[in-house]
Amino acid sequence: MTIRSKGDLEKIKLRNISDNKIDGKNKRYKITVHMGTCGIASGAREIEKAVKQNIKETKSDDIIYATSGCVGFCALEPMLTINDSEGNLITYHSLDSKKVRVIFEKNIGAGKIAKELNPIIKNTKLSEFYDFQESRVLRNRGKINPFKIEDYIANDGYKALLKVLNMNDPDRIIDIVKESGLRGRGGAGFPTGRKWEFCRKAKSSDGIKYVICNGDEGDPGAFMDRNLLESDPNSVLEGIIIAAIAVGACKGYIYVRAEYPLAIETLKNAIKEAKEYGLIGRNILGSNFNFDIEIYQGAGAFVCGEETALLRSIEGKRGMPRPRPPFPANSGLYAKPTLINNVETYANIPQIILKGAKWYNQLGTEGSKGTKIFALTGAVNNVGLVEVPMGIPLRDIIEKVGGGIKGGKKFKAVQLGGPSGGCLPEKLLDVPLDYERVKEAGAIIGSGGMIVLDEDQCMVDIARFFMDFIQDESCGQCTPCRIGTKRMLEILTRITEGEGEEGDIEKLEEMAYMIKEASLCGLGKTAPNPVLSTIRYFRNEYEEHIETKKSCKKLHKKAKKKKVE
Amino acid sequence: MGVLDLPEYELTEEENIKVNKIISKYKGEKGVLIPILQNVQETLGFLPLTVQRKVAADLGIPEKDVYGVVTFYSFFTMIPKGKYNIRVCMGTACFVKGAKRIVENISNELGITPGQTTPDRNYSLQINRCLGACGIAPVIVIDDIVYQKVDPDKVIDIINNYSE
Repeated sequence: MTIRSKGDLEKIKLRNISDNKIDGKNKRYKITVHMGTCGIASGAREIEKAVKQNIKETKSDDIIYATSGCVGFCALEPMLTINDSEGNLITYHSLDSKKVRVIFEKNIGAGKIAKELNPIIKNTKLSEFYDFQESRVLRNRGKINPFKIEDYIANDGYKALLKVLNMNDPDRIIDIVKESGLRGRGGAGFPTGRKWEFCRKAKSSDGIKYVICNGDEGDPGAFMDRNLLESDPNSVLEGIIIAAIAVGACKGYIYVRAEYPLAIETLKNAIKEAKEYGLIGRNILGSNFNFDIEIYQGAGAFVCGEETALLRSIEGKRGMPRPRPPFPANSGLYAKPTLINNVETYANIPQIILKGAKWYNQLGTEGSKGTKIFALTGAVNNVGLVEVPMGIPLRDIIEKVGGGIKGGKKFKAVQLGGPSGGCLPEKLLDVPLDYERVKEAGAIIGSGGMIVLDEDQCMVDIARFFMDFIQDESCGQCTPCRIGTKRMLEILTRITEGEGEEGDIEKLEEMAYMIKEASLCGLGKTAPNPVLSTIRYFRNEYEEHIETKKSCKKLHKKAKKKKVE
Repeated sequence: MGVLDLPEYELTEEENIKVNKIISKYKGEKGVLIPILQNVQETLGFLPLTVQRKVAADLGIPEKDVYGVVTFYSFFTMIPKGKYNIRVCMGTACFVKGAKRIVENISNELGITPGQTTPDRNYSLQINRCLGACGIAPVIVIDDIVYQKVDPDKVIDIINNYSE
């Protein structure tokens, strides 16, 4: 079936809603098993089997069985959610087949919540993880089946696309995006609407322009894009198609890391379904707009997250960045005007179009609007994927959403922005989430990696970890980055091995300055940040290593012992 | 042993047909080198120089361009993989939870360093860039199975399940 009108979309929506209706009589419950990468790794497939077996044993057909992407509470996988006829949501976690049995006896059989399993329901300790979040981009997570486009349509999916086609005014679309204040979620935070405007105005000799979705999520400790693509791929697709209409592109590429097999599978299916419904292809939704899209699988190179390197990679070359200008908006893929945005940026678009710029920019600070997704990991109790309003203090994310530090340990630092970012100490936790304010503090909001470190972590070792990563991933074409990162890594390694020397810290600072100033691309320009921020806030740890001539193992072992005494 | 010291690999007739099929599927389109190499590696398990020369000749591009791409991207390998391919995630979340010790323990047990394959071709060990499964860190992947919250001191027990 090809969708051509609002009526067609509405029909699919109504059918889907009625198929999923829990009226308390014919259908009493809906059970959704959450099957993201982490869920599956934790045994969600076995849970699926157990649930199906238990449904069979009830010998009735009053239970709707479904699967979805993950609900973001990674630490508690595998999980399932029960919807009942009163609209309650009960999420059971850390499951095994025995617990599934209990759920069927109590919740499904006797109609009582299996409280002994400590489910996530309103007003419990665990639900605090969600209470401080604001689900906009992640609104469909855990609720829809990412392999079923009808589920997305039933949640107002592709309505924004229809609105845009009816508007038939690309400049107006760009104005809305500009007014919303949305900034690129890949890390640099460039205003999205302005980028679109540059690309719209760029001239192409043969009229060909491209849109590209950057899903080369390379920051270690970040998985926002993976999760979005796995749990709601159509929201990203819809955003890309709208962008294509706005800038006048006819072809799109989604560049996804090869490390994300499930995201690629989900996306492939979403594109296939969208094509079948006529949402991608020729004469989209009955308009005269044609658009085709392809997935391009990365081959393992961190630097390809840099936009000019990404373009070269799609062209089949070594992914090495080139100087800008010209910017991709003017000369990008195959030298054509090209729009490149991050996965999360695109996923924001449909709602901005549907609900308006004013609705969007109600949340946030003066310069940073809307919400941002973070991958909250490390030493917090509630590890997971969180979406919070811009402007809230870091402390709220760590203490309220994250539930504080695990095992009663002391907080030491939070690492933001991966290898391009920095570590912030306790005294800066009240800094609001705002691109400029976080930068002033010595880190960056980045793409959304947020790794919480406790008192056991050696900050020099963390700096060494990131330098090791960057040194390995440096493409090697410019000398400051290629050789500078190598020399910095050598010094950091020496210090952590107990062979640091007087003057090492100053040498690191001097080299950091040169690498930042002289490197060609963002990778090199930001490479020294983790070192600089740890020197800035944890200089004493560097000095202790150098003065005592002790390695990490010896120094920190002793520190721990001391505490026991 | 460096990659260039590896013995010249001769494609079997069957492999040759498969590789030809892959190349002809993509030939003529733009930007196809990386997808071709990905497909060939999926089929052969690695990308020996013989295959690289063949791809270059068939696409009409210099051999150095193919070699350059193969050596640039970490997913491509010129060393044959073992029967079981062990990948240890070295993302930040895994690192702070002991991934370094996991690698040390596996290396000691198998007598190989990351990037190598055991002489009996049973195991190969790789350090992986972040797999994005940080919520269940530390993580290792053997073939396609993900092991979560791995205890560095017990990782050998997992490896031992893959003895035959």
